[in-house]
Amino acid sequence: MEMSQYLEIFIEESKENLQACNEQLLALEKHPNDLSIVNEIFRAAHTLKGMAATMGYDDLANLTHKMENVLDGIRNGVLAVTPGILDVVFQAVDDLEAMVFSIADGGDGKRDVSDVVRLLQQIESGDAPGTAAEQEVAATATALPSRLTYEAYEQTVIEEAIEQGFKCFEISVSLREDCLLKAARVYMVFELLEKDGEVIKSDPPVDQLEEERFDRDFTVSILTMESAESMAGKVESVSEIDRVSISPIETGTFRSSEDTFTEPSPEKIQHEIVEESTPRLKEENAENVKKAAPSSKTIRVNIDRLDILMNLFEELVIDRGRLEEISKQFDNPELNETVERMTRISGDLQSIILNMRMVPVETVFNRFPRMVRQLAKDLDKQIELKIEGAETELDRTVIDEIGDPLVHLIRNAIDHGIETPEVRTKHGKEPFGTVKLKAYHSGNHVFIELEDDGAGINKEKVLQKAIDKGIVSSDQALTLSDRQIYELILSSGFSTAEKLSDISGRGVGLDVVRSTIESLGGSITIDSTVGEGSRFSIQLPLTLSIIAVMLVDVKSEKYAIPLSSIIETAIIKKEDVLHAHNQKVIDFRGKVVPLLFLEEVFEVPSEGDEADQYSIVLVRKGEKTAALVVDSFIGQQEVVLKSLGHYLNDIFAISGATILGDGQVALIIDCNALIH
Amino acid sequence: MTEVMTEQTKLIVFQLHDKEYALEVENVRSIEKLEHITRVPKTPEYVKGVINLRGVVTPIVDLRVRFGLSSVQDTEHTRVIMVILEDKEVGLIVDAANDVLDVRTEDIEDSPDVAGVQEADYVAGVVKLDKRLLILLHLDKVLQAL
Repeated sequence: MEMSQYLEIFIEESKENLQACNEQLLALEKHPNDLSIVNEIFRAAHTLKGMAATMGYDDLANLTHKMENVLDGIRNGVLAVTPGILDVVFQAVDDLEAMVFSIADGGDGKRDVSDVVRLLQQIESGDAPGTAAEQEVAATATALPSRLTYEAYEQTVIEEAIEQGFKCFEISVSLREDCLLKAARVYMVFELLEKDGEVIKSDPPVDQLEEERFDRDFTVSILTMESAESMAGKVESVSEIDRVSISPIETGTFRSSEDTFTEPSPEKIQHEIVEESTPRLKEENAENVKKAAPSSKTIRVNIDRLDILMNLFEELVIDRGRLEEISKQFDNPELNETVERMTRISGDLQSIILNMRMVPVETVFNRFPRMVRQLAKDLDKQIELKIEGAETELDRTVIDEIGDPLVHLIRNAIDHGIETPEVRTKHGKEPFGTVKLKAYHSGNHVFIELEDDGAGINKEKVLQKAIDKGIVSSDQALTLSDRQIYELILSSGFSTAEKLSDISGRGVGLDVVRSTIESLGGSITIDSTVGEGSRFSIQLPLTLSIIAVMLVDVKSEKYAIPLSSIIETAIIKKEDVLHAHNQKVIDFRGKVVPLLFLEEVFEVPSEGDEADQYSIVLVRKGEKTAALVVDSFIGQQEVVLKSLGHYLNDIFAISGATILGDGQVALIIDCNALIH
Repeated sequence: MTEVMTEQTKLIVFQLHDKEYALEVENVRSIEKLEHITRVPKTPEYVKGVINLRGVVTPIVDLRVRFGLSSVQDTEHTRVIMVILEDKEVGLIVDAANDVLDVRTEDIEDSPDVAGVQEADYVAGVVKLDKRLLILLHLDKVLQAL
């Protein structure tokens, strides 16, 4: 019971930590010698372990622990980073993710992970294939590997000190998990150490320690005349310390920071490179710090609370409208001024509240690099994923929905779009394919584009397939534009892959993508050039909570029709209505369109007067259209979309409701349900 | 158990026709006057529609119709009792909201003899107070099966 209130936080933070693991692992794959990355992964894993253990998810904690051991090995230089090890660690992270998601879905977070555990243990004991050789080298080179890396001048300092009879130790301190004032404990440790010696380096650096930007562990190197035992004893005397380990440093056992840079430089100008790259590394660190800093200034707010805030605010807006009316009647300058001021302030307030719901698409995009890596591996393709505009913001509700369609599209692009390296080389392309994911704002919309430089879409094949599957007739096929042909691949029951693969082509195809995007009030278009690649462009509304609608009267009731499904409005004469198969239809611009009387569909109490003309709203769902008959058009309006609550669910052809300026509720029509 | 027995419960008492009904106060969020209701098509007859309750679109159930009683013209006493049960928030139309009473839990009788009454399915118990008879409603069942 007590735990349940922390569960949400636990899940959110675990997801973040796992995401951090994924990102850093990908970075590590690119820079296998950068130990600061390993430290990052370690930190994330460690936090995850601690939280999982606290929450009682032992499997999760155990697996994280095993993974941590391997990371520790890498960090201490016992293990070298190899693709084999990374694969296993990635797999472990996958399992961890599955566990966290199972917990989020109300499960117990249990999972059979014996395979991964076995692999991790093998690696840890040095049995893993491909690691043995490197490990041997590591073992002979450094009898006692130092944990910290030292700059050249630091090495000189240590060497000179040792010559003068000082001893150099690395002291690793773990604070207790429940330690409250971490910075204070660090300060006490430093003060003690500095009485008897000189602290020359610490990891994390002192400024981070002071700001408590570390987990539980830190390591300092110290020059002293005292013995190791007495130093360790002193540190242990500080309370709230879990564990202290001390190891002597001797000249020759340094892990020089230079090592990091020697490998990628074939030229023999190491010194210059070192000098150039060291400050660059620092800059990168500084960037990391900058990135991390704002997080300390944010708070988590449940989206429900924001909804309540928004609701109350809308009420305020309605009252503001009334107040404006009243002030007009009185025509009192002071009153007018006050009301005007209130209008301005509430306008600002509205944009702030709306902005609070906005989340950068990064939260969706950041899981893709990992996915692309895995897909490329599975399919033996070389793929580079480029992400642009990850900072573009979208409403939280849209963000939650857009992930799966994008996964589908990316899988599709990699599976069907990008060719194998051999084919690419044969066609004179780079062996590695590029998939570009780009997000940007334009007007009231957000665009997300997915571009690949693969084979492109073969029009003839698509058409033939669509005709075979009965999606279009061969007559219709002749009239289709290129774009319309490409969009056929989004129809249900379509799959162009000649051989079914694991990745896509499992029946649930791109039609799901289109319906999801359309249900969000968005649209998708496809451009493609054979041999050069394709581009899927998704247009989404900035926010789901505000939509543009056409308000209509049906007898005495008001309904709202989303503009996104409206083609046009018209007024037709009664004698233009035709009958076909017991269905009233009209001939509209050469197309036969069925008439739907909203009055009948919604069983509106009738007043019985028949007009001799009909006001119609033409709506569409995909390629199909229908004409909704209403009594009159009220006009276009931006309204706030609201749900009907949990009591009334699945009301036929009603997707939600909105509150009008007079405080009354109008229902929003779900055109998709009306068109069959 | 003795402690539990002497516990007090607050009940919201309301009128439907000639009978007095009660709901436990923790399920009641507020009592409102009847405002404009927007009809929602294709719902059961007892669902009157939805209202705007301080920015939240809230469904309204006519308890008289729900219990199979004849509908009555709304009067100035007609009230909407906003109830909350788990994630459902619903307004119940009643003829009048009468009282808030403190009742000892031991005064609530579990198996009431209200046979012959159509709303028997929704009754959780009865409370006898002097000459008053309060029918305690089982909110879960009232809101069930839509």
